[in-house]
Amino acid sequence: MKERLQSIKQEAITEIEAADTQKSLQDVRVQFLGKKGKITEVLKGMGKLSKEERPVIGQLANEVRDEITASIEEKADLLEKQAIEEQLKEETIDVTLPGRPTHTGGPHILMKTIRDIEDLFIGMGYEVAEGPEVETDYYNFEALNLPKGHPARDMQDSFYITEELLMRTHTSPVQARTLNAHEGRGPVKIICPGKVYRRDTDDATHSHQFTQIEGLYVDEHITMSDLKGTLNVLAKHLFGEDREIRLRPSFFPFTEPSVEMDISCKVCNGDGCSVCKHTGWIEILGAGLVHPNVLEMAGFDSKKYTGFAFGMGPERIAMLKYGIEDIRHFYTNDVRFLKQFHQV
Amino acid sequence: MLVSINWLKEYVDIEGISTGELAEAITKTGVEVDGIHGPILNDEKIVVGYVEACEQHPNADKLNLCQVNVGEEELAQIVCGAPNVAQGQYVVVARPGARLPGGLKIKKAKLRGEASEGMICSLQELGVDEKDEKFVPDHQKDGIFVFDEEVQIGEPACPLLNLDDQVLELDLTPNRADCLNMIGMAYEVAAIYNKELQLPSPTVTKADESSNDYIAVRIENKEMNPYYGAWIIKDLEVKPSPLWLRNRLISAGIRPINNLVDITNYVLLEYGQPLHAFDYDRFGSKEVVTRPAHEGETMTTLDGKERTLQPEHLLITNGEKPHALAGVMGGQDSEVQDDTTTILLEAAYFDPKTVRKASSQHNLRSEASARFEKGVDLARVKEAAIRAAELYEELAGGTILGEMVEAGSTEREPVQITFERHEINERIGTELSIDQMNDILERLRLPYEQQGEQYTVTPPSRRNDLRILEDMVEEFARLYGYDHIPYTLPTGQSNKGGLTKRQRLTREVHAYLQKTGLNEALTYSLTTEEKSKHFVSPEIQTDQEAVKLLMPMTDLHSHLRLSAIPELLSSLQYNVARNQYNLGFYELGPVYLPNEGEDVLPKEELRVAAAITGIWENHPWQGEKKPVDFFVLKGILEGLFENFLKDDVVFEKASLDGLHPGRTAILKLNGETIGYIGQLHPSIQKDHDLDETYIFDLNLEMVFAHVDETPDYEPITKYPAVSQDLAFVVDSDVQAKELEQTIYQSGQPYLKTIRVFDVYQGEHMEEGKKSIAFNLTFQNNERTLKDDEVEELRERIIQEVKATYKAELRG
Repeated sequence: MKERLQSIKQEAITEIEAADTQKSLQDVRVQFLGKKGKITEVLKGMGKLSKEERPVIGQLANEVRDEITASIEEKADLLEKQAIEEQLKEETIDVTLPGRPTHTGGPHILMKTIRDIEDLFIGMGYEVAEGPEVETDYYNFEALNLPKGHPARDMQDSFYITEELLMRTHTSPVQARTLNAHEGRGPVKIICPGKVYRRDTDDATHSHQFTQIEGLYVDEHITMSDLKGTLNVLAKHLFGEDREIRLRPSFFPFTEPSVEMDISCKVCNGDGCSVCKHTGWIEILGAGLVHPNVLEMAGFDSKKYTGFAFGMGPERIAMLKYGIEDIRHFYTNDVRFLKQFHQV
Repeated sequence: MLVSINWLKEYVDIEGISTGELAEAITKTGVEVDGIHGPILNDEKIVVGYVEACEQHPNADKLNLCQVNVGEEELAQIVCGAPNVAQGQYVVVARPGARLPGGLKIKKAKLRGEASEGMICSLQELGVDEKDEKFVPDHQKDGIFVFDEEVQIGEPACPLLNLDDQVLELDLTPNRADCLNMIGMAYEVAAIYNKELQLPSPTVTKADESSNDYIAVRIENKEMNPYYGAWIIKDLEVKPSPLWLRNRLISAGIRPINNLVDITNYVLLEYGQPLHAFDYDRFGSKEVVTRPAHEGETMTTLDGKERTLQPEHLLITNGEKPHALAGVMGGQDSEVQDDTTTILLEAAYFDPKTVRKASSQHNLRSEASARFEKGVDLARVKEAAIRAAELYEELAGGTILGEMVEAGSTEREPVQITFERHEINERIGTELSIDQMNDILERLRLPYEQQGEQYTVTPPSRRNDLRILEDMVEEFARLYGYDHIPYTLPTGQSNKGGLTKRQRLTREVHAYLQKTGLNEALTYSLTTEEKSKHFVSPEIQTDQEAVKLLMPMTDLHSHLRLSAIPELLSSLQYNVARNQYNLGFYELGPVYLPNEGEDVLPKEELRVAAAITGIWENHPWQGEKKPVDFFVLKGILEGLFENFLKDDVVFEKASLDGLHPGRTAILKLNGETIGYIGQLHPSIQKDHDLDETYIFDLNLEMVFAHVDETPDYEPITKYPAVSQDLAFVVDSDVQAKELEQTIYQSGQPYLKTIRVFDVYQGEHMEEGKKSIAFNLTFQNNERTLKDDEVEELRERIIQEVKATYKAELRG
């Protein structure tokens, strides 16, 4: 019997080693450990043994069974590992192939520019004010110190709808409306973005429709130096900390004094180049102290209150910042143009 | 306005200041310098020569052999091919070593065997280029330049011809009309650099004979013409102006004509006062009458054009016939001609608005009208006339007849500006001392009185722009220098700032739509009349025409849009034409609804419109390409509504112009239409070269009005949900939404959600029938549902659907 068990063990180990699939290993298990398996058969024949031999052979049979079981399990683990490795190998992909595209929409660069400026001023306690794009002659001109027949109306040839209504030529009427709504009490701190319209033929540098964003701050003791400080924050936010600003006198009917703000040319750093027309400076925006007539017409006491206002064109800012060469790009919606600004 | 540096130097000492430096200083102080022109040429080897002899070249028919005195001991022999060269001429000689514009270097040479030591030059060769061609006198166009007067032989010729000059091009703002003349600019420069001023003080010898014997002046409308002066000057001789005067005019961009005309132009540039010289003998009467034109009256202006006039135009007449459109242009009948000997010199003040109307209506912008429109200096009208008379005497041999004949007045209501020092400093943000302020006022030559902190400034009439305190703030700020003003931030009470709810929601709609893959587009609000009629959402009353412009520049932009869709479709088409096929655009902005009544603002309604076309889903290398369909765009809208609204938006099948009749729905919120969604009608797709294209147009005002952002929180139940699938076979025209509602109602109280998971029509399905499968979820938040409770609801649902839709339960 002993020899028989030893030979079964040898036979089993050989077969386990030979098994190369889970299925053949299972067959080995049945063949040796199953109900009709070889070990079971040995155990069934135990009855014929003597009293003395029985425990010895029994123990040996149990040992052999345990060894076979352990071997099978070991082999099973090995086969499973091999199977997993096989599967991983089969599942291997070329990780350099392109991914499945997701839908990536994005904002228009002008709107993004406007939002950026809005957010800068919101952080400084300003509110965003809006007004109608079709305006009355009163708010578009008269309330801004541009009475009928004023020569400066020349500067803004307009699209009229009736004698009294027109497409607003600037976002300044929002200032007049907001001041009116405050009934003579400051502070008024607003930033006014929006579309405006002028009688211009569309070309690379003109558009009959474009956008503006204006700021207005009316309170007691507002000074030209406050305007200068505020514009400095704006210029550095938009064009970088290393830009210098300069103010120089200009004229707008609704501000007195009026100034224009230049920034030092980014291309030549002020040395003069074709971008800045060899002046070292690039004009960015117009500004000034709110004209007392504008304050008075809106019900503010111009002896008590002063204020500053500034206005700029997001198109111009975007064109300067990104080197966009034609203003019409903003309105033709060529996706090859639009998508370039989704990440900026 | 062009400012010659050489001319400016006559009034103010700017030696040692470079033109670039001067330009920057002027720009920073008040007048933007747009450009610096010149110098054209400044070479000392280019000199005045005198042609002592001129004979034909022995070896060439068309060449001349000239012996030229160039101020040296020996004559220079120069070969010259110009047809107009002759003995006795003062000419410009480029000596060997000289360099001409364009890089030509002059060398000694032999031409056809004869030595030539230089070149006799034409104006063109001296760099008076194409643009300035008008400054080359006609008789010298095809030859060398010849001085009309005696000049110093051997003297450098470039300064004589003013080729060494530099010219500033100014971009003047409307308030600085005082700088529209040389004297005004001299004041400005003198103030900037704190310099002395040398201004002309003209005087004339007046003949005993009186102008009154020749002319009377009558003004009919004092508002249009506050002052008119007429002066008679006799014994004039018409000839070219001297070189210095011609140079001045050329530097300012004005073409010299003859001395009589050039003098008025010169004084215009110097004083800013336009003058007019009528030929007295052709004026036709002894009276100047200035009056508004009669309706429809006509006159022929100097340019030969007949002008039809209105009563808002002012005329200078001889009592009968018009001789000038006041301040704009003279008439042809009394134009100065070569035989003119007596002129009537006009020095007047015309109302700026009157001149502006005339010049803009007749499209006649002249140097004169540009100045009258901005208001000339009343105090200088007469002085300018005296300056002109002085020049007529000096340069044309004129005899000035007595005093000028005047009507009206040059008096002006004096302006006084009173302020205290702190009022200036408080507005600029500075601490200017009394000394600093006095210094600025003196540099500006503004008469003032100062007592302690109190100032009274009386601006002279040349600074008509100074009227109120804030104007003085500007004067102090600009002369003190904006560069010196500190950087501060306002320190008043702080505000909350921020966005309104509507602004915040608008930003959220943008963010949501961009997240779904749409690109924000911007199109024009002004569209064509035709486009304004299409794709207007049904809740907008379409019987009214879109708001239109009184005078559009082009038919492309004549009407205000009622929907962004037509322009978005044009944007799609634009891209497809450039091989960009997969497109998703949205635009958020107002449309403009006409309102009843005259001069009532349109209602600007915030809407969002979208258009998508092409492939929506693709796998880049496995060939999967799914074109956009109705449900892609509907899904985007549903997501939007889910984010903003608690009420359901109903998609109701509809038929709308321009859209596919079987693939269109109107959107309803609480029974009100708020927009539409659908596929573009195939014929319109074809017109725009588009594949299947889907659009929506949604009223955001309505969405925002119903926005409810407070979440209805429900604790997450620990009791399990039970999921059941049900499929029904129904007639194909039964809509999923109807079935869903029936199921939902019958499934209460435990039916929580319904989801369509399969729709089938076609093979193995009876004609006119379809199968719709729903996944239902039942749940009780308080306890675990029992099987028979679910079974009972399921049975109830089946019976109800069968009864309502003649439906069959499928398999």
